[in-house]
Amino acid sequence: MGSGKTATVAALCRALRDQLSLAVVTNDIYTREDAEFLLRNAVLPPERITAVETGACPHTAIRDDISANLEAVEELEEAVGPLDLILVESGGDNLTATFSKGLVDAQVFVIDVAGGDDIPRKGGPGVTTADLLVVNKTDLAPYVGSDLARMARDAEAQRGELPVAFTSLVAEDGVRPIADWVRARLAAWTAAPA
Amino acid sequence: MRWGPRNGARGRSPGGVAALLVLADGRFPAGGHAHSGGAEAAVAAGRIHDAASLEAFCRGRLHTAGLTAAGLAAAAAAGLDPLALDDAADARTPSPALRGTARRLGRQLMRAARATWPSPELDALAAARPRGAHQPVVLGLTARAAALGPPDAAYAAGYEAVSGPATAAVRLLSLDPFDATAVLARLAPELDQVAARAADAARRALDEGPGALPAASAPLLDIAAEQHATWSVRLFAS
Repeated sequence: MGSGKTATVAALCRALRDQLSLAVVTNDIYTREDAEFLLRNAVLPPERITAVETGACPHTAIRDDISANLEAVEELEEAVGPLDLILVESGGDNLTATFSKGLVDAQVFVIDVAGGDDIPRKGGPGVTTADLLVVNKTDLAPYVGSDLARMARDAEAQRGELPVAFTSLVAEDGVRPIADWVRARLAAWTAAPA
Repeated sequence: MRWGPRNGARGRSPGGVAALLVLADGRFPAGGHAHSGGAEAAVAAGRIHDAASLEAFCRGRLHTAGLTAAGLAAAAAAGLDPLALDDAADARTPSPALRGTARRLGRQLMRAARATWPSPELDALAAARPRGAHQPVVLGLTARAAALGPPDAAYAAGYEAVSGPATAAVRLLSLDPFDATAVLARLAPELDQVAARAADAARRALDEGPGALPAASAPLLDIAAEQHATWSVRLFAS
């Protein structure tokens, strides 16, 4: 919650939109606010952004019952043609949020340094199994007393080989580590389609 | 309650009751969790505020929208033309917002149904209504694909009409979940009656056409649904 998921999505769209055909599905908890933030900031044309309503449970809509999200993805493809990358953002509600493999090919889990530097140590499905763990707002670490080295060590202990990206979106090109990871994943899929 | 083959309905396969449990399970992944069945609007208006008022709301919904949905579902399970039933559902749904909701949920159920009980009849309806047929029609056809009978389809539709609002009320009011489930249990005998009425109407509709199906409606549910669709901050899609 408040870790910068929507800001990350916006930054990714800006970084990748010139090279890839992109779309975004947001899963808000009780408003269309995330979708509207992306629309207001014009990170993509409006027909490439859609919101799914989740009945107070975004984690249900991305994991247990993915119907509405699958439908949203289909509608986006109908509207704008083939897409290279669809970012499905979940509303922030808990550390156990995981995306169904029926909905996504890869999951990025975003936490921030201000939420407590013990989150990687505590683990949980998001931290442990996400294909990429993002630790955001590194610029705030000195102000909230978070130990980035400790977070990196704990993340490695939980995740083994799985990658971790430390980001500060206020920095120039701050989303670069995530954008590079996305490009690498896409290149791998293109080379060896599932 | 069982349908004989001479009525045009398919018989239940051995173990058919278990298929009904799968279909009626609130965790069946067909998108229903994001919908409150009108409960969110009723909570905001103060019409649902405790277990007793939830029970009154669910009873009203069961005997109106629930009965109508159960009739359509039973008729689809009995083998009536699903496109004619889809038109009949439109005629029984005056609220544009609720028509939209019914088709959206129908499309989502169709996806789950085709993955769960593949059937040429489901494929044909999906092709004819790519934006979604009314959910009760898809539900009935799904029951048919699962080798369930019209009364089973009526039960599934009727139960959904009350279980959706009850679950939503738990989330919206932090209502004691035991109280909400007790509401459903108290409504069970009435659900039996509604399912029997719907199945009986579906049997007549085989000869008389969809006009024989129930057309009960709840104007307050329709009006509140139209208002709810305009809210900018809400937890449920309907």
